[in-house]
Amino acid sequence: MRVMAQMGMVMNLDKCIGCHTCSVTCKQAWTNRAGVEYVWFNNVETRPGQGYPRTYQDQEKWKGGWVRTKRGRLKLRAGGRWQRLTQIFSNPKLPELDEYYEPWTYEYDNLISAPLGEDTPVARPKSLITGRPMKIEWSANWDDDLAGGPELAPQDPVLKKIKDEVGDRVKLEFEQAFMFYLPRICEHCLNPACVASCPSGAMYKRSEDGIVLVDQDSCRGWRMCVTGCPYKKVYFNHRTGKAEKCTLCYPRIEVGMPTVCSETCVGRLRYLGLFLYDADRVTEAAAVENEQDLYEAQLDLILDPHDPEVQAAALRDGIAPDWLEAAKNSPVYRLAKEYRVALPLHPEYRTMPMVWYIPPLSPIVDALRDTGNDAEDADNMFGAIQSLRIPVEYLAELFTAGDPGPVLQSLHTLAAMRSFMRDENLGGQPDESIPAAVGMTADEMFALYRLLAIAKYEDRYVIPEAHAEVGRQLEELGCSLDFEGGPGQYSSGTFGEASGRPTPVAVETFHALKQRQTTEGIVDVADADAKVNLLNWDGLGVPLGVPTVPPRSPESS
Amino acid sequence: MTESTTVQILLWAVLPYVTIAVFAVGMIWRYRYDKFGWTTRSSQLYERNLIRIASPLFHIGILAVVIGHVIGLVIPEQWTGWAPEAAYHAMAVVLGVIAGVCTLTGIVLLIYRRRTVGPVFSATTKNDKFMYVFLVAAICLGLVTTFYGSGIFGPAYNYRDTVAVWFRSIFYLNPQIQDMAESPASYQVHAIAGMLLFIIWPFTRLVHAFSAPLGYVFRPYVVYRDRGPHDPGSRPERRGWERVGR
Repeated sequence: MRVMAQMGMVMNLDKCIGCHTCSVTCKQAWTNRAGVEYVWFNNVETRPGQGYPRTYQDQEKWKGGWVRTKRGRLKLRAGGRWQRLTQIFSNPKLPELDEYYEPWTYEYDNLISAPLGEDTPVARPKSLITGRPMKIEWSANWDDDLAGGPELAPQDPVLKKIKDEVGDRVKLEFEQAFMFYLPRICEHCLNPACVASCPSGAMYKRSEDGIVLVDQDSCRGWRMCVTGCPYKKVYFNHRTGKAEKCTLCYPRIEVGMPTVCSETCVGRLRYLGLFLYDADRVTEAAAVENEQDLYEAQLDLILDPHDPEVQAAALRDGIAPDWLEAAKNSPVYRLAKEYRVALPLHPEYRTMPMVWYIPPLSPIVDALRDTGNDAEDADNMFGAIQSLRIPVEYLAELFTAGDPGPVLQSLHTLAAMRSFMRDENLGGQPDESIPAAVGMTADEMFALYRLLAIAKYEDRYVIPEAHAEVGRQLEELGCSLDFEGGPGQYSSGTFGEASGRPTPVAVETFHALKQRQTTEGIVDVADADAKVNLLNWDGLGVPLGVPTVPPRSPESS
Repeated sequence: MTESTTVQILLWAVLPYVTIAVFAVGMIWRYRYDKFGWTTRSSQLYERNLIRIASPLFHIGILAVVIGHVIGLVIPEQWTGWAPEAAYHAMAVVLGVIAGVCTLTGIVLLIYRRRTVGPVFSATTKNDKFMYVFLVAAICLGLVTTFYGSGIFGPAYNYRDTVAVWFRSIFYLNPQIQDMAESPASYQVHAIAGMLLFIIWPFTRLVHAFSAPLGYVFRPYVVYRDRGPHDPGSRPERRGWERVGR
């Protein structure tokens, strides 16, 4: 057993309202640059739908992920190493820009610079690739809220797969359609096919926290990672000629802050925390014969941080005690392994994805009935919900390679939690048989409720800070002009506010933000050292950019 | 042995060493200071139908050309004495012409694509255009030389007695200027074009040829790396702003 730590995410699809705040804030933080105009590290898809890039789940077409060979070994679906090398001159399975979309802007300038005339000036769309006027025909989210629609949904690869089983139960007419949202980021897989595809060895999995990154200095632009990733979450920057991908906001994670998408999620549906897993068994688990066993194999890799044996092994393998502590409190561990409500996205790609999803419970009653559950009881639970629209088969195709069992298990747990908590809230007698029906105790059910429904910030995000020598951190603070009363005064350089070396993110925002979020006091402006930037200061705490000044002792003043 | 003129010395003794120096130092400089710019800068994202044919045609062609040059220039004639001269020559000409034509067709298609496909054209830098002139010149002159020396349009020319000897003599630090000076003009012009190409090489996108990822075949599939020495949350220092004492 070799214990490694993995930063994982869980998204509760039940709560996603499809507002795209995560996508927008992610875009503003990471991909608002030339060359990655078309890139969304985080995107929110409406299912059913074609996704972004279009039909990326169709691995017969795009050849992402791994396959198991006859001899029981893992091989990239796109081909073996030599085969890939012969294809580096022109990757046959690279999505073209149209499969994503052609990014555009508008000729806004025309609105104010057009000469006086009869017609109202308009801002025509202009391609960001060619600079020419263009017709907008598709975008990252063109089929948003359409529930696929009769023109687009038939191309949904997931829908195609289950069409035989579900047949006419999937209705695409608007009054009968079903839909839900699927926010997607990089899965930071345990067995990443993108990393395995990279000929240059530029892509790597960080051994400390499992975040998958691209070394921009080593990437040579062979584009194999784009093909390798079955989720199509590695993108090619066409300006720099390098691969780029979701970084799980590692600069934030390293100082204990959640990712931008998580922080800004208005539905508070994202959870971040550590998994401990056995790195020695990853390949073996990813190579199990039956695709439907992959979910269990993946769960099996994840180690119980409460197990003393695992703890000893973790400490032996260099996992710091505070990380072990964080792993014990990890919300993602609890949701994925303890309660088994969170499921991996497309385990059949054999990449062991580490972003997990709680399936949407939404109108589910029919599913419970059709799959042999006591629909009467379910009716009691959800008097208002009349009919199922999201077929369990569809969810199973997304989360468990088509096995409805774990999806139903998860949905039952969620339904039971609602029913149980309704009794509790209405002052009734908590019915112990409800949690028992899904194999839980009343206490566990209550804990699950707190985690999912109350979802406090500190429960959702349990992120241990990265370790570094304290001395170096202090050094980071230093600047030769920062003596007391000196011209530096920390927040401004020699040539004004914006000059000088940028204050590291770690110092500038983290401590200031944390203080502002937690303080109740108003800063004492009479204090000569409390230099206040009134432009962006709300009166709470110490304003942004000003370091914490320890209270001076009377002797020194 | 006749005296070499100044021009001959400059072309066949000075220029080769200048080429080697600029190439070697240039590559080291580029690698040390511009790893980020060291990329194929593929335009496949914009257009994939033409590149599907043209790029492998060009690249496999040019790899064959490189192998042909190595065999022709590096291996002394005596070493291949076991093969009949006529057979060797015929082989070399046939394979050389095939490789050369593939390369030329490939690059013509690629340049046509670069010019006519809007997004590809707007992604073409001045540096690229500058480089294409030298690359295409070297390829065309090489093909002309192959035809010229083949014996199809006149007497065959055995460059292995002269050009190859001169080429190897450069690396013995004893350049045989006369060997090259007496070779036909087409060989001389091609050699000069080749040297100029190697001089600009480190400063163009051609550097990606030297990152052929052969290590991929031998390394484990999944690569793990440590977080490295940088401080949590902050980006690495920028070039020119490094801290003292590291």
